[in-house]
Amino acid sequence: MTCKTAILIFPGTNREREMITAVRNVTMCNPIMIWHTETTLPPVDVIMIPGGFSYGDYLRPGAIAARSPIMQDVAKKSQDGVRVLGICNGFQILTEANLLPGVLMRNATLKFLCRNTYLRVERNDTHFTRGYHQKEIIKIPTANSGGNYFVDPLILTQIEKEGRIIFRYCNADGEIDDDVNLSGSLGNIAGIINKNGNILGMMPHPENSIDPLFGGGDGLILFESMLKA
Amino acid sequence: MDNSTPPITPELVAEYGLKSGEYNSIISLLGRTPTLTELAIFSAMWNEHCSYKSSKKWLRTLPTQAPHIIQGPGENAGVVDIGDGEAIIFKMESHNHPSFIAPYQGAATGVGGILRDIFTMGARPIAVLNMLRFGHPNHPITRHLLADVVRGIGDYGNAFGVPTIGGDTDFDEGYNGNILVNAMAIGYAESNKIFYSKANCANIPIVYLGAKTGRDGIHGASMASAEFTNEKKEHEPNIQIGDPFAGKRLLEACLELMKNNAVIAIQDMGAAGLTCSAVEIGAKSNLGIELNLSAIPCRELSMTAHEIMLSESQERMLMVLRPDKEDEAKAIFKKWELEFVVVGQTIAEQRFIVRYQKKVKANLPIKELSNKAPEYDQLWSLPDLPDAIFTLPPSPDHASALSSLLSSPNMCSRRWIWEQYDYLVMGNTVQPPGGNAAVIKLEGSLKGIAACINVTPRYCKADPLEGGKQAVAEVWRNLTSVGADPLAVTDSLNFGNPERPQIMSEFVQCIKGIGEACRALDFPVVSGNVSLYNETLRKEIPPTPAIGGIGLLPDARISATLALKAETDVILLIGKKGEHLGQSIYLRNIHNQNQGLPPRVNLTLERKNGDFIRHLIRSDLLTAVHDISDGGLIIALAEMAMAGGYGATIALPADIESVPGFLFGEDQARYVVTCKTENLFQIVQKAKAANILLTKLGTVEGTTLNVLDTLTISVAELKKGHEKWFYSYMGENQELPDNLDISQENA
Repeated sequence: MTCKTAILIFPGTNREREMITAVRNVTMCNPIMIWHTETTLPPVDVIMIPGGFSYGDYLRPGAIAARSPIMQDVAKKSQDGVRVLGICNGFQILTEANLLPGVLMRNATLKFLCRNTYLRVERNDTHFTRGYHQKEIIKIPTANSGGNYFVDPLILTQIEKEGRIIFRYCNADGEIDDDVNLSGSLGNIAGIINKNGNILGMMPHPENSIDPLFGGGDGLILFESMLKA
Repeated sequence: MDNSTPPITPELVAEYGLKSGEYNSIISLLGRTPTLTELAIFSAMWNEHCSYKSSKKWLRTLPTQAPHIIQGPGENAGVVDIGDGEAIIFKMESHNHPSFIAPYQGAATGVGGILRDIFTMGARPIAVLNMLRFGHPNHPITRHLLADVVRGIGDYGNAFGVPTIGGDTDFDEGYNGNILVNAMAIGYAESNKIFYSKANCANIPIVYLGAKTGRDGIHGASMASAEFTNEKKEHEPNIQIGDPFAGKRLLEACLELMKNNAVIAIQDMGAAGLTCSAVEIGAKSNLGIELNLSAIPCRELSMTAHEIMLSESQERMLMVLRPDKEDEAKAIFKKWELEFVVVGQTIAEQRFIVRYQKKVKANLPIKELSNKAPEYDQLWSLPDLPDAIFTLPPSPDHASALSSLLSSPNMCSRRWIWEQYDYLVMGNTVQPPGGNAAVIKLEGSLKGIAACINVTPRYCKADPLEGGKQAVAEVWRNLTSVGADPLAVTDSLNFGNPERPQIMSEFVQCIKGIGEACRALDFPVVSGNVSLYNETLRKEIPPTPAIGGIGLLPDARISATLALKAETDVILLIGKKGEHLGQSIYLRNIHNQNQGLPPRVNLTLERKNGDFIRHLIRSDLLTAVHDISDGGLIIALAEMAMAGGYGATIALPADIESVPGFLFGEDQARYVVTCKTENLFQIVQKAKAANILLTKLGTVEGTTLNVLDTLTISVAELKKGHEKWFYSYMGENQELPDNLDISQENA
């Protein structure tokens, strides 16, 4: 039994191909592609929002896409428990849509950075990470110029307490230090979930880590975790 | 005919970049004085950048045909058959002049322009690369130009969603006044679904697609056909503004439209904008074109006819549409929020007629406009070559020479650059930047495409003929080093003012060298670009004929990388022992001398050794492969050690001419490879049978690089210096964490 998946497409989305491949590899089924002007999603178990530069990052990354017609139904379906994964620009769209707290600012280096990063899996009891070991160190590439996670201190304390930080940037030994936090994220945050645990936003690209021929396979486990019932 | 335009004075003619002789041919062609719009159209079509008037004669001498070539030069890009009904479309182009004046926009639109050339032909772009040349690192504007060019390339390609997988960057004071920004794009299409700019019948609608027209980029092509004076800022309005978001939508809309069989002919609006694209379609189709400029979507008020005709606003296309498909086509462009306007039609009479506000602004013979541009046979003479013989100064300590070279601006890691590019998007990158050549896998197939760009301007300066050959040979070698069959090349020929015989002779000799190498290696030139007048106040750039090559891997899973893989692997040299130090980076950087001749290129040997390497890779007998180029054998070995995180110990062979020659000599047709000990015997046997020179050098071991009795240096230390230069030059303090190199993942 595998899950039915929808992938949202906005003008400027550019990482849907890898996401489609990831879904196909795990489920042996094609995901349903949803254009941003649609107002209703078909019945699905999982909604994915790929990376890219929706609306050319105009205004703020994700800001315009978050106000697309389809996003209202994404909010509604997520309340019904449908799982939502937003990667990179998808994460930015989820924060702009207020489905996840915080914002993603320009990287502290003010540059785009494409590089492998080590992530520490902070919780393996979620829909998205159950295939990993607790505190497992995985290698997933990042490719963005706006992955600098920020949230006000009260909410940060709250999400820390509620265990909603799922991935943090770490070094090869799993230590959380500033040197590896090139985006400048608060608390080395690379990915968080909502309170109900069914919406994950993350900056690194697990969909670029699904085949050792292309640099590694650690990301595939995330797709297996969320797509295999 | 509209006669309300200002009188055409000699000053105006000169301002439009036309020589008086050229203006006279226009008058005799028309039998009357041109209107201002017509003058503008001629200036756009007959400038050096668009008409190749000084270079045509020599470009014709390049080999452009082979059984696997579907389309050579003359279309938007070259098309290469890779079997199974699949084709690779690729081209390289320069954007030097704009990038010097406005580096961010110049570089960004350079990438945008070359991407449009690819998808105009119905191909989805699958990779881009670039060749960059900057002035001396200490020159006051180098840092700024470098930062903005890299950001411009990254911002366009990253947002467009095409991986930037490789490049070639260097610094030299010869580029202080004229930097080079060349971009190469590669696309994929089914070979029977390629679109050309040729229409087949008259009275068919011509449609304007994409973004609106503004005043940016007016005279861009003419600017690129002249040298700079001191007043560079005056050219600012000639700069185009890029919008990757519009470019990406234009890509998706065009490919969707092409799937629906709606397109008869299509041409992107690049240099000389609407003028060039309309004239090209008409002239190639043996048809005339009628345009109504009042219909053109403009983003600025009260643009004149000649501004609209010359605008180089980006992200625009011109298309000849199947009339019955108009509604479908319109719907696709509406979905992608792009302009779709019928702006004219093809006509039977071979004229180019431009109407604006109910007046005829131009009525010109279209064929002559396209084909009758003046052609010049510029003077040239055989260059004076430097003396072959020179005295090598006493050698300093070899270890410090090695570490100094590896941490120099010329040889240090380019990670600072390529990590600002998304080299992973599309999910097919097998070998990212930093290796011999980049490799991407084709979707839905096992095949891989390898690509790289190379040129050694200091060789071209000293001996343009050998330099031209060497650029092609190095590209061929790099493709071979990953295990690919080299298929074809694209060239971007960057030189100074061709009206000076010394420059013209560099150009002619380089082309001869390129032609000779391409013929000998069955490596035809399928597309390219010429950029002349790269000089400021008579100071010309070093001759820089950049060669971009592609190769085919039958199985992308079987490719070689340069990183050392395991201790006890045996290190071998394929090819002769090094001795040639003339024009070497060692001589230049360590001894501060530019002496001697560059290394001779023996194309027969190049081919023999390369074919042998490819055979070993495909037989799975090698664990690492690196070609030998800048800096010679020891640099190659050090790069392999740094990439793999292993040390190596080699011994000096007994019969070498000199230690510096052996370590740093840049003799061509050579490779350093490693193999497992158990395969050594077989490789040696194969080399004997094929009459290949092979020397066993030593073993992969430990964490230091040792040349017995000669040098010992820690690989980690070497790597630190190698990685550090760029970051400290750019004022950043960043150390690369261990083991995060994606290139190592495939080790």
